[in-house]
Amino acid sequence: MGTFIIRRLLQGVVILILVSLIVFISMRLLPGDPILLIVTSSEWEEFTEKQMEQLRHEYGLDRPMYVQYVNWIGKFVTGDFGVSILTHRAVRDEILKRALISLHLGLTSFIFGNLIGIPMGIVAAVRRGKWADTVVTVLANIGMTVPSFWLGFLLVYLFGLQLAWLPTMGYISPFEDFWLNLKQIIMPVACLVVFPISGTARQIRSSLIEVMHQDYIRTAWSKGLSERVVVVKHAIRNAIIPIVTLAGMHLSIIIGGSVLIETVFNIPGMGYLLVSSVSNQDYPYVQAITMIIGTTIVLINIVVDIIYGYIDPRVHYD
Amino acid sequence: MNTVTEITETPVRVNEFRRFIRIFLGRGVVTFGVAIVLLLIITAILAPLIAPYDPYKTALRETLLPPSAQHLLGTDTLGRDILTRIMYGTRTSLMIGLVAIFVSGIIGSILGLLAGYLGKWVFTIIMRLMDALMAFPMIILALVIASMLGSGMVNVIIALTVGLLPGYTRLMCGQVLSTRENDYVLAAHSLGSQNYRIMFRHILPNSFQPVIVYMTMMLGQTILAEAGLSFLGIGVESPIPAWGSMISEGRDFLLMAPLLSFAPGFVLMLAVFSFAMVGDGLRDALDPRLRGIL
Repeated sequence: MGTFIIRRLLQGVVILILVSLIVFISMRLLPGDPILLIVTSSEWEEFTEKQMEQLRHEYGLDRPMYVQYVNWIGKFVTGDFGVSILTHRAVRDEILKRALISLHLGLTSFIFGNLIGIPMGIVAAVRRGKWADTVVTVLANIGMTVPSFWLGFLLVYLFGLQLAWLPTMGYISPFEDFWLNLKQIIMPVACLVVFPISGTARQIRSSLIEVMHQDYIRTAWSKGLSERVVVVKHAIRNAIIPIVTLAGMHLSIIIGGSVLIETVFNIPGMGYLLVSSVSNQDYPYVQAITMIIGTTIVLINIVVDIIYGYIDPRVHYD
Repeated sequence: MNTVTEITETPVRVNEFRRFIRIFLGRGVVTFGVAIVLLLIITAILAPLIAPYDPYKTALRETLLPPSAQHLLGTDTLGRDILTRIMYGTRTSLMIGLVAIFVSGIIGSILGLLAGYLGKWVFTIIMRLMDALMAFPMIILALVIASMLGSGMVNVIIALTVGLLPGYTRLMCGQVLSTRENDYVLAAHSLGSQNYRIMFRHILPNSFQPVIVYMTMMLGQTILAEAGLSFLGIGVESPIPAWGSMISEGRDFLLMAPLLSFAPGFVLMLAVFSFAMVGDGLRDALDPRLRGIL
């Protein structure tokens, strides 16, 4: 187990380096000049040749590529993400503020995805072929195909505009106004949670059905145990293992989906910031946010693999 | 006295194609999916013939009209017929989706083939690179690529292709790793076949089936991602009808003209759902053993 963890961590480091190279190179492939990472294109056009040379020198853009990369990654690791070319403010401060908002939404969605999806899957598997199973299967199929941003509009129309129960946009910190915050996040979380719920329910259903056919479950039945004990104590333990792998995938889907959902509900999180930075061509933000997202997902996958190896003693890694 | 009935062992002839159709269309929901997919394809091809209006012609006196006999789904903010634009949007979605799926399918299969067959450092480089690409959700990868290249149809296709690549490569690589253990590969080796011949003549055709199923399954998700991009305003350019940007256009008119957003979104969902179902049916009919993998 110990060697496996070390191996997996080393592999993770390699992937992280590749991720950073992808981000670094794609930012250097920008049309025009890497100087666009420091000044806006309209400012750049007003510069004289000499000013540009000086600026390049100041920011080390005249040095070899690998030196630039090492400098950049060194700064990134210590939390220096550069300065916005539009607002001239430190990228880190803005991102920290917004990351908390996205984290709040994302984690809430993730938790509810499992809290709702797992029982749904269990019910469907235990009542296989009955109406409960049909309902869960149909809902899960729809949930995996409904466009989340469109679902957002449907919810806004129904609960925000027609019934006027919930605010249609914005985000206020839960420490400032807990109830307003709760009302504000219900719809965005509902949009983000639909896919994880459906995926989890489907996975639990199929793995539980498979487990229920195994010999040790028949033994449990023949011992005269009640359905509750057979399912809860014996079957679920094994059926729930694939959920760990799925959880990593769902976190990545929630992160991707938050880009759309934060735009729908005007929530000032990281996703919204990424979209506006892309359209404003504020590249230091694009670079920092993609790097943070990539790093987060790689780390999540490492944790998932380690947990998987830990909870499933049948898995052998070599 | 026992009557001995003579049992003549005539092997039951199974018509492969009939068997395929029977399993493929065995589930009602798959048949529904097939019907919708056919309808979408026909609409995409025949859009100029069957669409009631010109998708680009604006009529500023007729903006945001409610549904009527002239405009079945009403008109948008520039007075264009919504139904017409949804029909033309089918073209945009299917074209982008199909091109991205095929290009990434071909490149991904070749990468997976090389990684799986050649192994060693080729495997390490290709697969670790795919791991790194997978660290970015498709929509974010597409956003970054769009920020580099700008919006527009070709760039959307490039972005989606890159986003789809890791899935194909991993799938193909896994298939190749098991196919190469077959005896006929060993036989080909001992007959002195070259590596490229073994790869493309023997291993590729025997590993390709799951890729076809995966293509169908991912087509819906690709169309969904394309709609997401055009929803964010970084998809195809403005006047070209696309479902995602149509949904986005309706955001300020949800109360006045809800169909402006709801109608294209519903068609989008129907399309994604149908492709998913066709993929499911195809998997079950082609190779039920794939259930665990795909």
